[in-house]
Amino acid sequence: MFVPFDYGYFDIVYDSESISSPPKTLDELINGPKDEKIVIEDPRTSTPGLGMLLWMKAVYGDAAAEKWEVLSDRILTVAPGWSEAYGLFTSGEAPMVLSYTTSPAYHQIAEETERYKAIDFEDGLYIQIEVAGMTEMADDPALAKSFLAFILTPGFQDAIPTHNWMMPVAATSEPLPDAFLNAVTPDKTLQFAPDVVAENRRAWIDEWLNAMSAR
Amino acid sequence: MYLTTAEFRRSFYAGILSLAAVIGFIAVAVFALSGFGRLADAAHVLNEPYVWRILRFTLYQAFLSTLFSVVFAIPVALAMARRPHFPGRIWIVRLMAVPLGLPVLIGALGIIGIWGRQGLFNDTLALAELGRPLQIYGLQGILIAHVYFNLPLAARLFLAGLERVPQEYFKTAAMLSMPQRTVFRFVEWPVIAPLIPGVAGLVFMLCATSFTLVLILGGGPAATTIEVAIYQALRFDFDPARAVALSGIQIFVTALVLAALALLPRAGDPGISASSDLNRRPDAAHRLSRGVDAMLIALFVVWLILPLAVIVMKGVSADLLGLLTEPVFLRATATSLSIAFSAALVSLAVAFSFISATHTINTLKQPGAFERGAAGSMSAMGSLVLLVPPIVLGTGWFLLLRPYGLSDAAAPAIVAGINALMALPFVLRVLQPAVSVHRARTARLSASLGLTGFARLRIIDWPGLRKPVLTALSFAMALSLGDLGAVALFGGDQLTTLPWLLYSRLGSYRTEDANGLALILGALCLVIMIAGTRTPAART
Repeated sequence: MFVPFDYGYFDIVYDSESISSPPKTLDELINGPKDEKIVIEDPRTSTPGLGMLLWMKAVYGDAAAEKWEVLSDRILTVAPGWSEAYGLFTSGEAPMVLSYTTSPAYHQIAEETERYKAIDFEDGLYIQIEVAGMTEMADDPALAKSFLAFILTPGFQDAIPTHNWMMPVAATSEPLPDAFLNAVTPDKTLQFAPDVVAENRRAWIDEWLNAMSAR
Repeated sequence: MYLTTAEFRRSFYAGILSLAAVIGFIAVAVFALSGFGRLADAAHVLNEPYVWRILRFTLYQAFLSTLFSVVFAIPVALAMARRPHFPGRIWIVRLMAVPLGLPVLIGALGIIGIWGRQGLFNDTLALAELGRPLQIYGLQGILIAHVYFNLPLAARLFLAGLERVPQEYFKTAAMLSMPQRTVFRFVEWPVIAPLIPGVAGLVFMLCATSFTLVLILGGGPAATTIEVAIYQALRFDFDPARAVALSGIQIFVTALVLAALALLPRAGDPGISASSDLNRRPDAAHRLSRGVDAMLIALFVVWLILPLAVIVMKGVSADLLGLLTEPVFLRATATSLSIAFSAALVSLAVAFSFISATHTINTLKQPGAFERGAAGSMSAMGSLVLLVPPIVLGTGWFLLLRPYGLSDAAAPAIVAGINALMALPFVLRVLQPAVSVHRARTARLSASLGLTGFARLRIIDWPGLRKPVLTALSFAMALSLGDLGAVALFGGDQLTTLPWLLYSRLGSYRTEDANGLALILGALCLVIMIAGTRTPAART
């Protein structure tokens, strides 16, 4: 049994002090100036990395590999996880990073700056839904179930936006902060069925590896 | 030779017992993992071109990283040994171990702050209108980072060796007015050469199992190590059999490299000194040689200190006072220190029992197959434990204890155990050469005085071995303090260490807190190094 506890969209976040005309489509991202670099995460070791792989696959299908090959010229490096990638981004190594639509909200609320922005891609964005679950080995299944129920109440959901910096999945007791209300919401939400992902993940990662090592 | 039968038996069996404990600790974890999926199926990894490709890259980058680290470490160690007295020298020695104690990501960000695309080096050249020529991402970045972390380590181990040389050698060299070249050939090189296999082997293993650095600085998936594939198999695909098979390949191939290194010359007679170790180098008084050494040391210090300075500069802008008074910080510090201290003690105990048992076996005129096997296993284990990925050990133990609900209570012990194993190769490399010199110098004397057991420990061994023991202890503690690999699985509200806290702050965008914690962690390492290099009070 799984209960979603928050969600968000994978997105490219950019530093508006370094980039004045950000890409509006994936094509523009892929073919943009090579000296404006992006840091992404590795799909073999991180969820956002896998998210971007699926995003590209959802938009380009069989052409994804060649698109990756072109994009690889703009990729500064492929970090093992989100923390490493975002650390490189905020220390100024690259003006773009693969992150979430909700990342700018952190900078607006905690640092009071509009400097970092997410891009509203016309192709749509790939969604990430984070879930909680109960294992078969749970010591106290009744308690676990009541906690899972608690997840969907305001008591839990209130903590999501400004602590986990993601979107709540259920009602919160207060309206969301402006930074979240104004966050990028894609016109088109992209998502593969879980069994499609499970079936193809290995092949798609291999395809990605080959495309990224081609140049 | 100079051992009573009881002494022989005691140290031999203590060694066997430690060996069994180390092997058992690893075997249990591997066994727990093998329960999931059949190992026979995982043998397929041998047929994957992908695995061969990353294996080739793993070995290639590790070879180059080791080569550069060791080749640059030798002149640094020689220069430091030739200049035993200059202001600030002890601080250089202390700083040498600080990179080891930092979480790898923090070190990487420090390096990138200097050598990165927007780093100080490129910034300076850009100011001079020379563009930004240094492109760190790629093999060159991996090498820079590996040399950054390992050159100081190698230099420190070589320096310790040079400082064991009896002072009379240098006095004689000076009286014969030997040129520096000749001193190198007859005195310094014979000390360094036998240390190379051990030091190079250690650096090679550290670089071969590198993961975060390789991905961050490698620039793309063409730069991937076996360790990445192991992590992927366990954390992402949950295919433990595959992880075990990949670990097997990693251990086997690296063992071959270590075996090849072991063919290099062995340690010779350490020599006996009549004087206490008041380091003087009358042979190196020449002005030119002083100038060259000063330059070498200065270059090394700049190389070592710049990335650390980046960490300090980022760290001081954090709310340090706020961090220092947070209850969760205090708890994490207490947990980290106690895990680090226990890990260091365990590592020291295991290392000592290995060393004494091996020494004991070597005194036998005709060791049997069992004794020889035991000595061989101890020396192999002392290196190869570093190749067993902490994530494999951690996951194995986690899965084993989970059903019994023990993993919360046992977690700190498991983490300390994994850290102790990781530190073992370091501790052995600090202690082993020191102990064999010490034994050679004191064994006859102790035997003739009939000193054994505790009395010998107090009167002979502790004063003679105090320095290497403290060095080993502080190395092991620093290593454990900065480790995230073992705690990554068990970390949480129940078990919060400093690196874990740092990463969780980073994971929720709180970069400033993370920078502050990195500074505090670095400072803590330095404090441990200060404690580890305190010179004993003068004895009368």
